[in-house]
Amino acid sequence: MAARQKLAAVLVFLVILSIGAAVFDYDPVWSKVSSFRNWTLGLDLAGGSLLTYNIDLSKVPAADQASVVAGLRDVIEKRVNLFGVSEPQVYTEQSAGVTRLVVELAGVNDVTDAIKQIGETPFLDFRTVVVPTSTSPSGVSVSSTGPVALSFSSSSAPNYQFIPTDLNGRYVTGAQVTLNQYTQAPEVAIEFNSEGAKLFGDITAANVGKPLAIFLDNQLIEMPTVQQAITGGNAVISGSFTLAQAQTLAQRFNAGALPAPITLVNQQTVSADFGANALNRAVFAGLLGTLAVMLFMIVYYRKFGIFAAVALAMYVALTLAVFKIVPVTMSLSGIAGFILSIGMAVDANVLVFERTKEELKRGLGHYAAVEEGFKRAWTSIRDSNISTMITAAVLYYGTSSFVQGFALTLFIGVVVSMFSAITITRTMMRVFYGRAEDKKAAAGS
Amino acid sequence: MNNVLKYRKYFLTFSAVMVLAAWVCIAVFGLRPGIDLQGGTQWQVTLSKPGVTPADIQTALVNAGSIKDIQASVENDGSFLIKLPAISEVEHQAYLSVLKNDFGAVGEENFSSIGPAIGAELAVKSEWAIFFVLVGISIYIAYAFRKVSEPKAWKYGFVTLATLVHDVSIPAGVLAVLGVLAGVQIDSNFIVALLVVMGFSVHDTIVVFDRIRENVLVHRGKRTSFYDIVNASIKETFARSVNTSFTLFLVLLALMFFGPSSLFYFVLTILVGTIFGTYSSIFVASPLLYLWQQRGERKAASK
Repeated sequence: MAARQKLAAVLVFLVILSIGAAVFDYDPVWSKVSSFRNWTLGLDLAGGSLLTYNIDLSKVPAADQASVVAGLRDVIEKRVNLFGVSEPQVYTEQSAGVTRLVVELAGVNDVTDAIKQIGETPFLDFRTVVVPTSTSPSGVSVSSTGPVALSFSSSSAPNYQFIPTDLNGRYVTGAQVTLNQYTQAPEVAIEFNSEGAKLFGDITAANVGKPLAIFLDNQLIEMPTVQQAITGGNAVISGSFTLAQAQTLAQRFNAGALPAPITLVNQQTVSADFGANALNRAVFAGLLGTLAVMLFMIVYYRKFGIFAAVALAMYVALTLAVFKIVPVTMSLSGIAGFILSIGMAVDANVLVFERTKEELKRGLGHYAAVEEGFKRAWTSIRDSNISTMITAAVLYYGTSSFVQGFALTLFIGVVVSMFSAITITRTMMRVFYGRAEDKKAAAGS
Repeated sequence: MNNVLKYRKYFLTFSAVMVLAAWVCIAVFGLRPGIDLQGGTQWQVTLSKPGVTPADIQTALVNAGSIKDIQASVENDGSFLIKLPAISEVEHQAYLSVLKNDFGAVGEENFSSIGPAIGAELAVKSEWAIFFVLVGISIYIAYAFRKVSEPKAWKYGFVTLATLVHDVSIPAGVLAVLGVLAGVQIDSNFIVALLVVMGFSVHDTIVVFDRIRENVLVHRGKRTSFYDIVNASIKETFARSVNTSFTLFLVLLALMFFGPSSLFYFVLTILVGTIFGTYSSIFVASPLLYLWQQRGERKAASK
């Protein structure tokens, strides 16, 4: 029978696909085959730290905010890379009008040090100064080669107005300690990239004869008066530093300076052991649950149940492969969502089998009853998954990352289960059940 | 299962009592918001020094700083869970050194400190998620019953929503009781669990209602009473309702008892919701629909 051979070929293909998927899913074996994809584990399973910072954009003009945020992200990423973290994730998220910077450090044991390092990233910016009438800044002489330091306390100049410019630490490419050629006081010479050099040139050109304020971590460091446009891309900060202070500052600039200040608002850290333990338990529970479902299906539905159990095993292998290809970062919640979907994956089988039983009772032949069962159950299968898909979709767009992992795996799981329950089980039943049983029945009568 | 409607009074009374009890528990005990919804710190540590009690840790930390609102408890695996308001990294390190001074080596399993602003934001997001799921499900219900003529589609819809309230109230009540007995807090996982329960609840109810709808059409013109149609529909869908829930029940049990402890209450909430959701779709939804339909008929007859 050609149709049946064709079905058998489809089934063989599905089985091979599932076995391939299973090999692909299991990293200890798969890593010997190819390095194409490995599982990416969330911080709650791999161990690591999630740091959330609020970015203070209140002083940044709306038009520049996007570029400042992007610059900030780059600086922090550069800094985080210094710890030798494997694939650090640094990204920004927008929430209720606040822009946040999220840093994910997987496998960092000394988070304290990481937090300290990030926190020490200096925030440098330049601001133009509106001098109150008739008060000119005192004791200033500035040249392009060496601005002279001012020891400036804000109390002595309460009336200055500072207007932020676009020029900030983002454009700094490097820094070094120099000694002032006149006073021998330690200074920090910073170098801008071409963009920063142009900005600095423009700002100094527009403010010749006026003071320009240099702020470090929102503290006024100095306010030299611009003598002439400086186009070389170099500037010198000469606060009243000790040599050690100047050296630290230069080091920090070399690691990157922030274009906007940040504050740590949220920290979540999970030790690697804790994560590994959670992963083992989750996988074990998943396996146990799957076996229990298979056993139940076989005990309750007998021959039909065997088809459902095999289809469920194939479902698990295929769904995990989809997760890995997408790729879905597997967090604890993601695994929970998937395990839940395993419990629901056989729902479609239950609907079909119950319908088939009814059709058999009504006197249809085995083959016809199975076909009718699939046909009549399809609308219920589709409808019954819709409400779960609605929930998963809302959860995915609605809330926090815990929820997203859960929603994503649940959604993918439900979609794949519709395929596996219908296509895989039907193909198996058409090949192994149906006609053969009818022939037997016919021969017996 | 041949005559569920006959015993409808018992089933409906049981459900009404459960839902009322749940509401009373929530009103009296309240739901304790977890740190991710209101901000705060949760810190899990292991201590190498034997014989330390949670009270020791609490005293040591309270005496060390200005924060008085510190709670410590011991977990199943012997580690300690410390809860306190949101603290900065500097304070975290200060408290860590207090623990090291008093109790020797400290293993930090888990530390999470969430600012109140982020907590409040997540709470708002969760409320929106609940709202959107309710809207989505209502639209879905309207769609599912769009072809129904008898009883009226909106009756099916309202009964489905009533059972949804039933299915969500009971696990929430259970968590309120656990909040008092075991200090269990309501975090965003709990809200996710309730939303998942909503999805299951509706789907389960729709399976039975779908069959009632189908049987009403099959028996149109015949003299079969609505009472018999409802009873037959429940009987016909009984196995599939129970079996689809039972497979979910199996994986949830595995996850609850063998899975990671941090998922325990999340899974428990879904489990309770699934059990009562299945119960309500068989023993509550159809009797309610029948009662409503019958009252309508009586009114019509008395006119």
